[in-house]
Amino acid sequence: MDKRISPLSRIFLIVMFALLYLPIFYLIFYSFNSGGNMYDFENFTFDWYKELFQDTRLLIIVLNTIVIALLSALISTVIGVLGAMMIYKIRSSRTKNALLSLNNILIVSPDVIIGASFLILFTIAGIQLGFYSVLLSHIAFSIPIVVLMVLPKLSEMSPSLLDAARDLGASRWEVITKVVIPYITPGIFAGFFMALTYSLDDFAVTFFVTGNGFTTLSVEIYSLARQGISLSINALSAIIFIVTMLIVVIYYFLTRRGKKSPDLEVLK
Amino acid sequence: MENKTTRNLYTIPYVIWVAFFVIAPILLVLYYSFQDLEGNFSLTNYRNFFTPIYLEMTLSSFWYAFLITLITLLFAYPIAYLLTKLKHKQLWLLLIIVPSWINLLLKAYAFLGIFGTYGMANKFLETIGIGSKQLLFTDFSFVFVSVYIFIPFMILPIFNALDKLNPTYLDAANDLGASRWTTFRRVVFPLTIDGVKAGCQITFIPALSLFMLTRLIAGSQVITLGTAIEQQFLVTQNWGMGSTIAVFLIIFMFIIMFATGTKRRRARG
Repeated sequence: MDKRISPLSRIFLIVMFALLYLPIFYLIFYSFNSGGNMYDFENFTFDWYKELFQDTRLLIIVLNTIVIALLSALISTVIGVLGAMMIYKIRSSRTKNALLSLNNILIVSPDVIIGASFLILFTIAGIQLGFYSVLLSHIAFSIPIVVLMVLPKLSEMSPSLLDAARDLGASRWEVITKVVIPYITPGIFAGFFMALTYSLDDFAVTFFVTGNGFTTLSVEIYSLARQGISLSINALSAIIFIVTMLIVVIYYFLTRRGKKSPDLEVLK
Repeated sequence: MENKTTRNLYTIPYVIWVAFFVIAPILLVLYYSFQDLEGNFSLTNYRNFFTPIYLEMTLSSFWYAFLITLITLLFAYPIAYLLTKLKHKQLWLLLIIVPSWINLLLKAYAFLGIFGTYGMANKFLETIGIGSKQLLFTDFSFVFVSVYIFIPFMILPIFNALDKLNPTYLDAANDLGASRWTTFRRVVFPLTIDGVKAGCQITFIPALSLFMLTRLIAGSQVITLGTAIEQQFLVTQNWGMGSTIAVFLIIFMFIIMFATGTKRRRARG
């Protein structure tokens, strides 16, 4: 730490950082407790991890969550990029702003409202609640964030780049695949990663639109936690923490490569 | 020149998304809010909303959201301020953000252990001589955990605003004889008000609508608008009433967004 802040401020910061990480390490610490509770540490054990890896139901849920996250991120990235291109091409600033406002509605809406309204939508459309309803919802709430990540990249692209490509005889398709897409790739990656984390993180929307047969990890943790403490959740959270850290580090270096300081404002 | 319709084919998926997943859901919620339990058009739900039960719930939901936002701000501002003074500030900021990437449910679950009867918080209270207390399922634990969850989202915009602040303004204020408090009150705070507004918006709207935190941490002690919507949709199966509360939540959301004046923020939780 720096010398520019007073010792008192430094203590304040240290306490705050400690508090911020305490719950996470608390969970991980007790995941090694043979006592089976979160207050009395008896002996060190890996039992809860073993139990976790033997629980096929839970492993299927983990797999479901990953499949939903990857699929929804992929599809929403494609649709989001197309949407960003469409918004980019609109000349009238009024239409553009109107469309951007529509785009942002799902970003600012509370999850409960997204969940409740999608539940009505799927019921009316006759889509059975389960894998597809969850996948569709995750795609739906990830699209606007992809648009927001890609659009600035498109806007900062110099129009003369496109003119040059056209002058040199590139077709429309070539302009898009050889010039535009490579230029906006960082934005596409950022959008994909954001969509991935939104999907992995989501609880409320999934909770509303999932049926009896299908659950994701968040929903499962919720129902387990409502029943009380089970140290398998702790073991699971330790693993999730490590995976999250890995993703953060990868994301950090990916965005770092592009520019000097990562634009953390867009992370969440 | 290619045909204009084939040229615009690529817009179809996005337009479909806007129509079916942005406009249609809002209209459906609005439509359902005018339906009673038998599926007839009626204003019953709106009449019900203006009965003391619902008004009281709305008021208490607002009170808690206000309290959570205020406390979060009181902690987040000094943290953000001190962070900007550190050497590797971007790295420290990243460390603040990392916990927000951990699933919200897991963090709530951790507090089930910490605030439990024999948990760490009670052990701490016993050591300092206060003695153990019922912490879980109280409004205190609800506010505490909410502040914990929202603080990274509040720090982030304030940090960005403070980071953009031109340091020569501070020197100027100092040269002109302003005390540190005056400098903060008249220079720093007004210049970072946009970050504060953005942070409040990010905190306030989810604080009104989070339902899993209330259920897990506060038991039945706190009912927020979000809890009420969840209750109506998934427990009582009264979609009409649930939609009506949702309509009001959407209206409140627009008012808050208008008041805080910044767009493009994700309110989630």
